[in-house]
Amino acid sequence: MSFALDLFTVAAVSAGAFFYLAGSVGLLRFPDTLSRLHALTKADNLGLGLLVVGLLPQAPSVRSGLGLVAVWLLVLLTGATVSQLIARAARREPRRA
Amino acid sequence: MSAAFDAGLAVLLFGVAAWTVASRDRFAAVVGFVVYGSLLAVAWLRLHAPDVALTEAAIGSGLSGVLLLGAAARLRGGTEARRPAAGLRVLAAALAAAVAAGIGAVVLALPEPAPTLAPLAAEDLDATGLGNAVNAVLMAYRATDTLLEVVVLVLAVVGIWSLAPDARWGGRPWPRHEAAADGVLPFLARALTPVGVVAAVYLLWVGADAPGGGFQGGTVLAALWLLVVLAGLLDAPATSGKRLRLALLAGPAVFLAVGLAGILLAGSFLAYPPGWAKALILTIEFPKTFSIAVLLGLLLMGAPRRSDAA
Repeated sequence: MSFALDLFTVAAVSAGAFFYLAGSVGLLRFPDTLSRLHALTKADNLGLGLLVVGLLPQAPSVRSGLGLVAVWLLVLLTGATVSQLIARAARREPRRA
Repeated sequence: MSAAFDAGLAVLLFGVAAWTVASRDRFAAVVGFVVYGSLLAVAWLRLHAPDVALTEAAIGSGLSGVLLLGAAARLRGGTEARRPAAGLRVLAAALAAAVAAGIGAVVLALPEPAPTLAPLAAEDLDATGLGNAVNAVLMAYRATDTLLEVVVLVLAVVGIWSLAPDARWGGRPWPRHEAAADGVLPFLARALTPVGVVAAVYLLWVGADAPGGGFQGGTVLAALWLLVVLAGLLDAPATSGKRLRLALLAGPAVFLAVGLAGILLAGSFLAYPPGWAKALILTIEFPKTFSIAVLLGLLLMGAPRRSDAA
């Protein structure tokens, strides 16, 4: 059972790391602000989500597992807000985008 | 594995530091500084110093980062910074390198094992009623230092206020931020504030036995306050307000009062009578955290620039 859980952790964390890598590549290579933001939010939301899901079986207690999920939810909330703000600023000033 | 992580972290730290110094763009340099602070917090964690890591993340990276961002924004559009003469730059670089080399030499020359007061601090932990030796140092053994830190913050805010022109004295800092009807910022402020207040009180309370404490909790509260004002849900306070000034002074005043009571009850300034340490520390900590939140918020809002008094 614990082997299966470890395997699940490795798979989910690797998938999360992949999304971070893809998001970083997108951030560096995409042509304009809006698509760069798109790439970045994938890393934040999916990448971190997969990391958290992967780490949940390793959490020593239900409480620390809930803490991990809370971190993810907070990053979702702030990440979405900040990317909205940046996107609106970029649309208002397209020359600097 | 962890050695590889530490090596990677060290390389990243050096890289970001070099990039921050070399960057020609003020805004980019500030962003570099914030990233550097966040990485430094991870480094402190790796050194098993979570208290320092929390402070670095909250004050070193977060608060200083926002202060620097504000400064960079104010400098924008002004006269372009002239590049200092080559001789001056070489001199500055040599001085900075000498300081770095000196610190490095001192750290490397530390005797093994390094001199430490940690066992002494841990030995008398029971008398303080605390479980976290770091906060025992801050609130019991060296409480005078902490008191002076809070007083320095009050003086800093008074210093910033005194930069206001006479006509604006007592007015409100910051431009009025209007809440946009479809704004995402008001939504974030409403959604995040309850969570943040719980987190701040938790940080303060847990500081007795685990990493955390008044400064960290106060920083979280200050950040929430700034967010609410930025979102336009509240106006920045009039700096002439009686209640605001009371909020500024509550922390240091209670701290001083407990300290003076210590002379009568326990024989010296800021001494706690046996058995009363934990209760007195909490009496100090709550108003102190509140005052720190108000002080840090006002520090970031800057000098009053609107004359509409309360």
